[in-house]
Amino acid sequence: MRRSLAPLLLLVLALVAAGCGNDGSRSGAAAPGGQGAAFPVTIDAAGGKLVLARQPQRIVSMSPTATEMLFGIAAGGQVAAVDSNSNYPREAPRTDLSAYEPNLEAIAGYKPDLVVYSDDPGELAAGLHKLGIPALRQPAARTLDDTYAQLDQLGRATGHPAEATRLVAAMRSEIHKLAAARPARPLTYYHELDKNLYSATSKTFIGQLYGQLGMRNIADAADKDGSGYPQLSAEYVVKADPDLIFLADTKCCGQTARTVAARDGWDQLTAVRTGAVVALDDDVASRWGPRVVDFLKTVSAKVQSLEAVGR
Amino acid sequence: MIVAPARLRAGPLVGASAVLAGAAMLAVLVGPVRLAPGAVLAELAGRLPLVHTTSGLSPQEAAILWQLRLPRVVLGGLVGAMLAMAGAAYQGVFRNPLADPYLLGAAAGAGLGATLAIAYGPDTSSWPVDLLPIAAFAGAVAGVIGAYALGRSGGARTATTLILSGVAVAAFLTAVQTYVQQRESETLREVYGWILGRLTTAGWHEVLLVVPYALVSAAVILLHRRLLDVLAVGDDEASSLGLRAARVRLVVVAAATLATAAAVAVSGLIGFVGIIVPHTVRLVAGSSHRLLVPLSLVAGAAFLILADLVARTVAAPAELPIGVVTAFFGAPFFALVLRTARRVP
Repeated sequence: MRRSLAPLLLLVLALVAAGCGNDGSRSGAAAPGGQGAAFPVTIDAAGGKLVLARQPQRIVSMSPTATEMLFGIAAGGQVAAVDSNSNYPREAPRTDLSAYEPNLEAIAGYKPDLVVYSDDPGELAAGLHKLGIPALRQPAARTLDDTYAQLDQLGRATGHPAEATRLVAAMRSEIHKLAAARPARPLTYYHELDKNLYSATSKTFIGQLYGQLGMRNIADAADKDGSGYPQLSAEYVVKADPDLIFLADTKCCGQTARTVAARDGWDQLTAVRTGAVVALDDDVASRWGPRVVDFLKTVSAKVQSLEAVGR
Repeated sequence: MIVAPARLRAGPLVGASAVLAGAAMLAVLVGPVRLAPGAVLAELAGRLPLVHTTSGLSPQEAAILWQLRLPRVVLGGLVGAMLAMAGAAYQGVFRNPLADPYLLGAAAGAGLGATLAIAYGPDTSSWPVDLLPIAAFAGAVAGVIGAYALGRSGGARTATTLILSGVAVAAFLTAVQTYVQQRESETLREVYGWILGRLTTAGWHEVLLVVPYALVSAAVILLHRRLLDVLAVGDDEASSLGLRAARVRLVVVAAATLATAAAVAVSGLIGFVGIIVPHTVRLVAGSSHRLLVPLSLVAGAAFLILADLVARTVAAPAELPIGVVTAFFGAPFFALVLRTARRVP
């Protein structure tokens, strides 16, 4: 009896510890100085070195991706306000702060001790500097590694380095799994940004994600100037006849598989006839945060279903 | 402006029509997807009554020809014709060489209408009609009506007051549009896509939408082209000749606005056509509206068809914005015509 009690006790202890750990990471926001948090920290940010003396408790996020990342690494509780386009996750404290026309006074009104932003259309960085508000620039990621680096950076800046490391590891392993399941024959695809047939090539961030699944982008041929976002001619799309069509203009511009099928000449397309027109969430398809995994799962599921019917 | 009397000679019109036919044929034969010219001609001929040919085009290639390339050429021609004709009419009515179809708030009104439809319009993806062209059309017409009402309320019903009120209305409407765009920033992309001008997604649907307006406005302006010549001597002189200047102006502006609004509704804002084409025609064939209006119509169609041919082939399979092409080729071409035609008084 006594012999069998010891392992049981260990197991219970382990479970309790694990439970605490989980709990801690979920609401770690509330606990200042969570695991591994040691302030001051120095961060090599895009705009130069940034020194944070204390753990930020009133973060303002001016970037929807940064908002998703902050909540993804359990720093959500430290976020005081997010910009008007930060519509995910739902518990994010959305305000009418505009990232396109940032209003310095309005931002300062939230008394932030850290502002995270991706673009500076005007004098945002200079203004924040004058007010002595630490600002962290996280520009649009060009590769998945940029995403991972930004998550690590946010983890250190907010005092959640362990959670960030864990999230990055989870993303890496999920993406690795999805990439391993890619079909032998590379499928071709067209990624639509708007009704006027603007697309993204395989060099762009979103294009590299499709590349993870071994897919071939029909827009590459149209990108001679290397902008990454060429406007295709309708004739070319019909001629290229991609296996899959992905619509990243569903929310902005109301495009659906049905509206695509109704376009002149598009009823000829294989993807239209086989139901391989996929409506994406514009937001998920244009951000570089943790939900890129969701995006890849959507794409991969469609690819697998096409493979299953033997195309 | 002294207008030399001119009879409507057939020569220049026949010449311009030949250029238009050539441009249209070239535009149908050449595109981002290579279709064998012989097969295209056989396919086209096959649709004629009593002709039976087999072109050898695959169904996919036939769809490219009939549903993508042809409607685009036709729509480009219609839009070019309407913008050039409206430009010639505006310049005549206002006796102002810088007048263009967008002068009286048509462009700003259309821009606001389109922006409102994109930002606040209901989801029309399940509707049989698209709200955007209707809103742009209504906006363009409302803009010009606003300018007209403002101009009349000033008392003096001269061309200059009308132009000035057009400037005021356009500035106001643009301010509202900018405000809406900033409020609804997620609509920016679609609004700019529209403003840049697009024949990219043209289909027969757009052609059918535009044809009635093109016919009506062309008929009205062509019927008034002699009166435009009379108007050219000035309001007072014209009224001493028994012409009610304000009334002619109203009718011509209404018709030109209808044409502009219809063109803008289906193709966005394509600049330069309404200025360059009439001026070039004027330098080559003189400034009598009897010849200027019909020639501008034909030359405008040819010009925009060729500009669109460049837009869709030069970077193929990518597209260039059509407005960039019309400005890039239009402005130097205009300068060349100015130089060579200096001897014309």
